[in-house]
Amino acid sequence: MKRTIITVVGKDTVGIIAKVCTYLADNNVNILDISQTIVQGFFNMMMVADAARSPKSGAQIAEELEAVGKEIGVVIRCQHEDIFNMMHRI
Amino acid sequence: MINIFEVNETNKMITQENLDVRTITLGISLLDCIDSDLEALNEKIYRKITTSAKELVPTGQAIEKEYGIPIVNKRISVTPIALVGGSACRCPEDFVTIARTLDHAAHEVGVNFLGGYSALVSKGMTQADDFLIRSIPQALAATERVCSSVNVGSTKTGIDMDAVRLLGDIILQTAELTKEQDSLGCAKLVVFCNAPDDNPFMAGAFHGVTEADAVINVGVSGPGVVKHALTEVRGADFETLCETIKKTAFKVTRVGQLVAQEASRRLGIPFGIIDLSLAPTPAIGDSVADILCEIGLEYAGAPGTTAALALLNDQVKKGGVMASSYVGGLSGAFIPVSEDQGMIDAVKAGALSFEKLEAMTCVCSVGLDMIAIPGDTKATTISGIIADEMAIGMVNQKTTAVRVIPVIGKGVGETVEFGGLLGYAPIMPVNQFSCDAFVNRRGRIPAPIHSFKN
Repeated sequence: MKRTIITVVGKDTVGIIAKVCTYLADNNVNILDISQTIVQGFFNMMMVADAARSPKSGAQIAEELEAVGKEIGVVIRCQHEDIFNMMHRI
Repeated sequence: MINIFEVNETNKMITQENLDVRTITLGISLLDCIDSDLEALNEKIYRKITTSAKELVPTGQAIEKEYGIPIVNKRISVTPIALVGGSACRCPEDFVTIARTLDHAAHEVGVNFLGGYSALVSKGMTQADDFLIRSIPQALAATERVCSSVNVGSTKTGIDMDAVRLLGDIILQTAELTKEQDSLGCAKLVVFCNAPDDNPFMAGAFHGVTEADAVINVGVSGPGVVKHALTEVRGADFETLCETIKKTAFKVTRVGQLVAQEASRRLGIPFGIIDLSLAPTPAIGDSVADILCEIGLEYAGAPGTTAALALLNDQVKKGGVMASSYVGGLSGAFIPVSEDQGMIDAVKAGALSFEKLEAMTCVCSVGLDMIAIPGDTKATTISGIIADEMAIGMVNQKTTAVRVIPVIGKGVGETVEFGGLLGYAPIMPVNQFSCDAFVNRRGRIPAPIHSFKN
């Protein structure tokens, strides 16, 4: 299991989740959990995904998802789960 | 499981509050490169650095991408060159060839600074130490990325005043040789008391002789994060203030710990220490002075500044110590003038004087840092400034340092621009009264008594 956290922040529009999920499916990344809110008109989504079986490295996935985000006008970050675990769990 | 609010908090720190890992510094021992033939020595040094640090920059970049945390600098520190070059160098110019080799190696592996063009002379100078110190102006003028430091005192040995006197001259010569770049050479030269062996921050980093063959040291940062956290508790009591700083420092340091462990694992090099220093940059919102203002001062330098800084420094350590398995280096709030927009503003407003900065260095690391002074300042005056700062470190059993830049051709009221992380600074006035007779005495100041503390 190689858990990564994917966050999407930006103006709400049609097909954001579809785009992200398509990319993840194409790259064999399994989605474990999705939570989503709209804060002051801004789309705010967090996804927990498992990238263990993806042929691509974490850095590569992060780079490509960032590019997907640029295409649809949102900011997509993909980070290894440990940065959040380290900061928020003792 | 991690929730969306925690994720957003972390990402807000990174994207809006300048949270970053300031540096991954790879310490490399050059003791096994020692050779009495200068050419062979240079060849061995080049090979050792370019082999050991080959993967440093790509690894740092991969970690940045994978965890989404910026790692601003990747750097190298080496064994103090006075020790390495002692048997091969017969004159200062011989040492300069080593500086050039270090610079080539730094370019080859892609690091932005390499520290360790250093001498440790807290009690006395060997011939090699003397040559190295005398070669510093040329070495810093002839290279781009090499940083130099000299340890001239310690709590256990006292202060080597012969070295202090010499360094007043050396700083002025360095300024003169790099005057075309606003005396930038002096920004790469630090004079220390109680210099730590494992400091990852430049310009004072070197790889001490007590260290392993290679080691990863990491410097964290995050003044912007602390400042932002404090805006949420405006007007609260000291307990709340301190708890907030501690919790924030804990979170910031945990990121450093993660990066250090990961870099160590991927490079196959042992993890040394995390340096808990709050290191500012000239970027807006990345300022230690702004934290002091948030604590309740109109400007850094106002009455109360030393107390506020003492409180801040202590809480950062208390929060950070638990977050990391090994803590070392300088570990304290940095108060450089040119690298901190809030400090620059305070100087411009007339709130912050040279003497107040000296008082502030009593309670935090690291010392009189990145302060531009008039280019016509006398060498003995610079030595006097160094002696004062070293005495603070010696008596208080802490690291202190001096990195002043006499800007040739410029005077009080003018501004000097160093660029990048080094920032810009208004030139500050220096006390004009003479200390010639004091500085010109020979010998050293004895070590202080370690009892009867008052």
